[in-house]
Amino acid sequence: MVRDDIDTDQIIPAQYLNLVPTIPEEYTKLGTYALCGLPDGYAPFVKPGAPKAEYTILVAGRNFGCGSSREHAPIALGAAGIRAMVAESYARIFFRNVVATGEFYPFEVGERLCDRFTTGDEAEIDPTAGTIVNITAGKTYAMKPLGAVAPVVEAGGLFAYARRAGMIK
Amino acid sequence: MSMTITEKILARAAGKRCLGPGDNVWVEVDILLTHDVCGPGTIGVFQREFGRTARVWNPEGVVIIPDHYIFTADQKAHRNVDTLREFVKEQKLPYYYDPGTNDYKGVCHVALPEAGHVRPGEVILGTDSHTCTHGAFGAFATGIGNTDAGFVMGTGKLLLKVPKTMRFRLEGAMPPFLMAKDLILKVIGDIGFDGASYCAMEFCGSAISALSMEERMTICNMAIEAGGKNGIIEPDEKTFAYVRSRTGKPFEAVYSDAGAAVDSDRVYDVSKLEPCVAEPHVPSNYALARERRSVKLDRAYIGSCTGGKLTDFLAAARLLKGQKVTIPTFLVPATAEVAEGLIREQVDGKSLVEVFAEAGCEDIAPPSCAACLGGPSDTYGRTHSSEVVISTTNRNFLGRMGSKQSRIYLASPYTVAASAVAGHIADPRDYL
Repeated sequence: MVRDDIDTDQIIPAQYLNLVPTIPEEYTKLGTYALCGLPDGYAPFVKPGAPKAEYTILVAGRNFGCGSSREHAPIALGAAGIRAMVAESYARIFFRNVVATGEFYPFEVGERLCDRFTTGDEAEIDPTAGTIVNITAGKTYAMKPLGAVAPVVEAGGLFAYARRAGMIK
Repeated sequence: MSMTITEKILARAAGKRCLGPGDNVWVEVDILLTHDVCGPGTIGVFQREFGRTARVWNPEGVVIIPDHYIFTADQKAHRNVDTLREFVKEQKLPYYYDPGTNDYKGVCHVALPEAGHVRPGEVILGTDSHTCTHGAFGAFATGIGNTDAGFVMGTGKLLLKVPKTMRFRLEGAMPPFLMAKDLILKVIGDIGFDGASYCAMEFCGSAISALSMEERMTICNMAIEAGGKNGIIEPDEKTFAYVRSRTGKPFEAVYSDAGAAVDSDRVYDVSKLEPCVAEPHVPSNYALARERRSVKLDRAYIGSCTGGKLTDFLAAARLLKGQKVTIPTFLVPATAEVAEGLIREQVDGKSLVEVFAEAGCEDIAPPSCAACLGGPSDTYGRTHSSEVVISTTNRNFLGRMGSKQSRIYLASPYTVAASAVAGHIADPRDYL
């Protein structure tokens, strides 16, 4: 769980942008640095020496992913093992990069789930029902529909979508 | 149907007579810009998806300007530039500005218009969030990721959502101690760090018309710091003079229709504004410089696509003439052309280079993004501990200039120069 205005420098600091996401071993390496720029006080998202995070769902507040257009940001989270995230809102380019890469599902909710989850809570997402359940707290929350990007997310990214739509071969 | 300049450019690029906010349209891209940090990944996506032997959609449309990690011993950074070189050769791309040669330019957002690749009415997509800078020339310009860019490289097209337009009218006479940076920090402070999320920020009014092209670039450059999709200013004679001096390619200027609907309309009287800073760690933390004199500084930094243009150094030199800085003051011209300007341009009979040397500034660094975004540990001007920095750059995020313990204040070149003399945040009116 992270709070508001988590920028791309916190998700993946610039010193690691020398790694190229399309090179498999560098993709994996990016995952080990995911969220290492968070302010002091947050526990490490990926434990030192671990290949991935022990979490698959990330809950955030407002304006997650603000700042740079670096695709290394959603890729670092995906490589760290994130399968879906739920935020109050996203910055535009970050959201677009999540959708285009198909790294994970970027859901939005109408309420401040960062006040209703704590790191380590057990959670379950049902994309069909559009809900996220905090199993630890026994509460269910409705997620917003994905809207216009739903077909791209469902296809698994921009290229898969464009092939399905007959745009490219 | 009346449309804004942003809507009209997208309509033309989508081959539609009209469109409106929220429409998702496939647009034809005029220019795809990339650099050494996102270029190799973009090329990786392009080759993975279209095949190792695929050709880019239009060699004239791809502009590659390495600028981020140039003057470093980092081996991966060097490898990444090699990847660009190899691709440029393979694809026979005419617009590549190679480090270590006379073609090298520096920061892509200042270099792109310098090299004549920015023209009114066009669609410019770049793998860098500050691509919004080019809206200063009446173009639609926005930042995208590697996957989108790889798609554009292969097809020349991208699916874009038409943004709502927020209009900002900046009226009145600009006081001599203010710069464009003070105006845009005020706007961001008012609407917030995500105040323009998914929106076009259209700037107009007499104060905008009076700004130079470089100052207009500063305004549009920071649209992303309010979450804007693009920043844009209608072209005028100043725009045409700049563009025509850089390229002979034809273009079609586009303007907002009278009566085009906008989502919001804000008016500012710039004559009432004062020099300001943005306090750590978000650019919307607006404060007046004169109310932050108690903030002691360790370092001043002048550089980047936001604050490393010739206008920015001229302003700093006017203030520093005959003064001495009391803290280390780093100067990184955005491009080689700006660096030449520092030798050529004079203030009271002295070149800018001389003025800065006499004021006790650090030696002028070669053009690149340098410490604006931290980067490899040997990056020039990068922070490594708890330095408090005042900077003409665009982001004061936690850890942005390298160290998570350092604190960054954003300000205009005047305010940064005044603060470099004072050793604490200072109001340039005390020195000008």
